[in-house]
Amino acid sequence: MAHPAVDSDEESRISEGDYVVLKRGDVYKSVQIEKRKKVIFEKQWMFMDNSVGELYGSTFEVDSGGKLILRKPNNTEDPTDTKGAGLDNRHIVDDGKSQKLTRDDIESLKEQGLKGQEIIQQLIDNSTTFRDKTEFAQEKYIKKKKKKYESNVTVLKPTSRILAMMYHGREPGKVCHLRYDTLAQMLTIGNIHAGSKVVVFETCAGLVLGSVMERMGGHGSVIQLYPGGGPVRAGMESFGFPSHFHNTLHEFPLCKVNALLSGTLNVSEKDLDSQSNGRSDEQGSSSQVSTDRGDESSSEPQSMEVSTDPAEAKKKEDSEKLREQKAQEKRVRMEEKRKRLAAAAALLEGQNADGLVIASRFHPCPVLLGLLKFVAPSRPFVVYCQYREPLIECYTKLREQGGAVSLRLTDSWLRHYQVICFMIFFRIQFCFICHLCPKVKQVSPIEQLHREGKNILTFLIYCEEFLFQAVLELFKRSFQQFFTRCKWQMLCSNYVDSNDLQYLTKVTSHFCKYFIISFHGTTL
Amino acid sequence: MSFVEYSEFIQEGDVVIIFLGHDSMMPIKVEAGAQTQTRYGAIRHSSDLIGRRFGSKVTCSKGGWVYVLHPTPELWTVNLPHRTQILYTTDIANITLMLDLKPGSIVCESGTGSGSLSHAILRTIAPSGHLHTVEFHAQRAEKAAQEFKEHKVAHLVTVRNQDVCKEGFGVVGVADAVFLDIPSPWEAVTHAKKAFKRKGGRLCSFSPCIEQVQRTCEALLEQGFEEICTVEVLQRVHDVRSVTLHLPDFGPEDGGAESAKMASEEVLLAANSSHPSVTCRTATAPREMAGHTGYLTFATKPRG
Repeated sequence: MAHPAVDSDEESRISEGDYVVLKRGDVYKSVQIEKRKKVIFEKQWMFMDNSVGELYGSTFEVDSGGKLILRKPNNTEDPTDTKGAGLDNRHIVDDGKSQKLTRDDIESLKEQGLKGQEIIQQLIDNSTTFRDKTEFAQEKYIKKKKKKYESNVTVLKPTSRILAMMYHGREPGKVCHLRYDTLAQMLTIGNIHAGSKVVVFETCAGLVLGSVMERMGGHGSVIQLYPGGGPVRAGMESFGFPSHFHNTLHEFPLCKVNALLSGTLNVSEKDLDSQSNGRSDEQGSSSQVSTDRGDESSSEPQSMEVSTDPAEAKKKEDSEKLREQKAQEKRVRMEEKRKRLAAAAALLEGQNADGLVIASRFHPCPVLLGLLKFVAPSRPFVVYCQYREPLIECYTKLREQGGAVSLRLTDSWLRHYQVICFMIFFRIQFCFICHLCPKVKQVSPIEQLHREGKNILTFLIYCEEFLFQAVLELFKRSFQQFFTRCKWQMLCSNYVDSNDLQYLTKVTSHFCKYFIISFHGTTL
Repeated sequence: MSFVEYSEFIQEGDVVIIFLGHDSMMPIKVEAGAQTQTRYGAIRHSSDLIGRRFGSKVTCSKGGWVYVLHPTPELWTVNLPHRTQILYTTDIANITLMLDLKPGSIVCESGTGSGSLSHAILRTIAPSGHLHTVEFHAQRAEKAAQEFKEHKVAHLVTVRNQDVCKEGFGVVGVADAVFLDIPSPWEAVTHAKKAFKRKGGRLCSFSPCIEQVQRTCEALLEQGFEEICTVEVLQRVHDVRSVTLHLPDFGPEDGGAESAKMASEEVLLAANSSHPSVTCRTATAPREMAGHTGYLTFATKPRG
């Protein structure tokens, strides 16, 4: 902790009012830190109070009262006591009797206030099959149980990466099924950067808007065009931008685009327009006031008779004042709104935006053709649509119309790889070699192998063919320090008849399974 | 013109992208009095470029015309002189998002290579961030530094000519993100770790082979990195075009003239050709496409 503070920790501390992202495993949830407010995350409720003042990235344990308890960074990994492991799953029978603890037992353990880690240990101790599972199956079991019983939660600072993953994982419908790798393409291809003027039209809960703003870093301006009554920005709010970012954000209703383009929304006229608007608004508010009055009189019919009461008169006067104040506030708000509209209009009027980003439920063709007019020459634009056909139309129309080059219709393809690391490998390798030479004592097993000249080993490698080379390479590299002449060949288990070899094969193939670099089944 | 800031008009010293046609572009440096030959004839810099608006149509000496585009890191990626294998926009986009890059980020990169990724990083971290880029090949480092200067981004970048595996990034405790594109990234992981700010950050390693990925993951795990994840991203370009499908002829129908008339109306468009047919707009995936570029391994360096 005495490390010279190159970067101040103060800005990385969680404070009340911050927008944060809760993380457990691959699950994220965006929340605002409020004291004494119940937050439900992964079917568990908690209070965020204790996270205030702690550092971003901290992991907490949730106790039975929903309180957060900071976990020490050192003991993140748990020494779960496993007591041995089986070689393969031939003895595992799914008879539903392997777990001796019942649902009720587990519930009572929970009520006793046992931590997730302790419950998992109980489950392991009471599982009849756990010890017969392979080391890897055990790991998987623990991981699964951890997900169920552990109540850790990590508090992160929101970024577009995290929020895009969160929306994609939890509520893809809200972001038009926009995946994070596609969002990445849009931000890069759109050349979104600080100091530019970007037009955004999205119905992705504000995620795209927020991501654009993050890339602009509070420099330049973003004009959000919105359909309907007002812009949707929940996703953008979740980024928790500092206040000066909001000064760069403008909004303009889609329904006034034509007026703006035809010049019927020009500045001088806008003033007139806004004044008349203001008047009608006043009328609106006064009519509202009158209905208020009506309500009042109906609720207090006797008050008329005692109107001579000075207290009552004062009350009336006060309510009059309040009404006026409200009307005044409303006028100020309307004025503010008009100013914002004028500012956004002024930004658009130049028709010199540096970028255009569209990701919406609307047909992309009219949206793009309509909004492209606001973009300066030689600037990139990007349109996302969940479906391909509307984009084909978009492409065709724009091709016919001209005014754009380098048009491309693309999709992004993403695949996750599960990479298993060497660290596990070395552990097994050692016991494997021990197995080979149990007879000789006082000599290290590896040296013994050398002496006996058993430096040619044949392995059976179970893996998909295209990965064979990779697996082979792994073996080669790990063994070459022990053997001088290695010969490698591929066999098939059916043809192995020697007992020794069979044993070897069994052991090896069991290991090999875990060296397979497997794919997740989804091509995204 | 700058790679981190748009301008409206072309000035002397700018780098502009000449768009010659579909997928055919070339970068040129604008110099008063100079000429550039294209297949449509010569472009005279003084009269055709300087003072003109970016995006203008320029008529060349042989009468053909081209567009003059404002450079962007993405256009640069497809136009830059290759000194090494380069990173392309699809990978760059994901690297940028997954490394949480934004204005103000401090980034360490190795190797610089041809500067394809460097330009994209600089665009995103400007105006207040900084890129420390390390290249072990002296000439490449020099050339990159010169390009950054020409592209008016030199104030945002420090180029170091050293071996990252032996000497690290030349900075310690400053980085928000580290990117590795070297043959043996696992040898640079400890240096990468040191480069991070105390609060940690994000790391990405790009490797074409899975064996490299495995050794890198092992090193990352050993050095206490978290959220290690390896992905591969590809971009498919769909070719939008019209296709014509012939309609089958089942011979005259028993139903009589009425239905035959209806059918003929439907295919009126193609009636004058010998075969009745229907034309539709579709997008086809390319028969061949740029496949595997590399695996992107991401990890989080926790606080500490």
